[in-house]
Amino acid sequence: MNYNWNWGILLAQEPGGTGTYLKYLIVGLGWTLATALAAWVIALALGSVIGTLRTTPYKWVVRLGNAYVELFRNVPLIVQMFLWFFVVPELLPKAIGDWIKQMAPPWSQYLPAVICLGLFTSVRVAEQVKAGIQSLSRGQGMAGTALGLSLPQTYRYVLLPMAFRIVLPPLTSEFMNVIKNSSIALTIGLLELTGRARAMQEFSFKVFEAFAAATVIYLLTNLVVVLAMRTLEKKVRVPGLITASGSGGH
Amino acid sequence: MGGFDVDVIQRSWVYLFRDGMTFTLTLTALSMVGGIFFGTLLAMMRLSKFRVLAAVAGGYVNLMRSLPLVLVIFWFFFLVPYIYGGIMGAGKPLPIGAFYSALITFTMFEAAYYCEIMRAGIQSIPRGQVWAGYALGLNYWQTMGRIVLPQAFRNMLPVLLTQTIILFQDTSLVYVISATDFFGAAAKVANRDYRLVEMYTFAALVYFVISYGLSTLVKRLQERIAIIR
Repeated sequence: MNYNWNWGILLAQEPGGTGTYLKYLIVGLGWTLATALAAWVIALALGSVIGTLRTTPYKWVVRLGNAYVELFRNVPLIVQMFLWFFVVPELLPKAIGDWIKQMAPPWSQYLPAVICLGLFTSVRVAEQVKAGIQSLSRGQGMAGTALGLSLPQTYRYVLLPMAFRIVLPPLTSEFMNVIKNSSIALTIGLLELTGRARAMQEFSFKVFEAFAAATVIYLLTNLVVVLAMRTLEKKVRVPGLITASGSGGH
Repeated sequence: MGGFDVDVIQRSWVYLFRDGMTFTLTLTALSMVGGIFFGTLLAMMRLSKFRVLAAVAGGYVNLMRSLPLVLVIFWFFFLVPYIYGGIMGAGKPLPIGAFYSALITFTMFEAAYYCEIMRAGIQSIPRGQVWAGYALGLNYWQTMGRIVLPQAFRNMLPVLLTQTIILFQDTSLVYVISATDFFGAAAKVANRDYRLVEMYTFAALVYFVISYGLSTLVKRLQERIAIIR
């Protein structure tokens, strides 16, 4: 099958008048990263708290944590995205709902996308943090108690510092998942990298150049994240531990 | 917007489930079978002593796992008609329809994820069993087919099924190529009748019930398997 490749299209002007298609895609990467990073902050904060709470001896707290995890894990991300974008503003008090809906684009898409991705990812972070805490030997918690530390102190000074260093590799793959999952925000109209590749394909009819360029940009981004995290992992590695990295999901 | 309009769900029940859910479940089931088949082949390639095979499979798996599913759906949606047209000698791209496009996409995409599961499964079998197979005069395919893979499947069954639940949820992304799966059907009704709140909430509820139900079953299965071993 012959397809007329024309890589020069990347340097052609995009119809919106903001510059070349290449620049258009790079700005898309900027939105991808801005969405992923903001969501990651929410996910890390919320996920750490919920993951930790699920290992406490309080039954009701554990149950609430489990319910939260099941809720966000069993609904497809695109459905959650639509709920945050279309449904939540309708259910909020009218003034707040209208304020969200009337925000200038891309903020009216960016905000729901960040909240949606943040909560969705927080569940996965919570699972990893919980697994990390539970992978520590029971003796460590007991030693904390024996030293006269309170439960919060045991978590703060004994369990969490170890647990976080252990779960760093699986958290890296979760961070890459946020970057990939942010592409789903295109369904609510956020022009991130994949959305812009799709738009470029529609404007220029250069299907494979557009998607190939986006593919290369995603691969380079992954490479940078992997290298950065590898450096971080080396720095905070617990001496003497062989930690296997987690995998699965997307 | 008024109150919650349950009627719109009753009116569109047949469309949502007979058209939409059938599409979703068929796509999930066929992609699972295809994905596990190709995933197992990829896993065997990755563990092969032939460097080139291992490198090709490894490259493919890492490529798929580095890209967002939405981008891969777009890729295949445009690429498959070109390949199909080329095979048929038509000289131009031939459309194959949203369902087959989605089926090929999910089979090829999920194969990368199933591959990593099967690879872990194969590696969980002690090497001595492979040597025992060879010592009995079995060849590679017989050793794999009769000794290693049955045990690998059994050990990995809960993980394979969990991945299938993720696949079931991911099929909702065919929305981006305007296919009418369950979510696509819900979105179409939502826009036609302007009942966004009702339809998206209902869709979320249906996905939740199915995914939660399946994952509870997988958990039970996992406990049973754990006891037998």
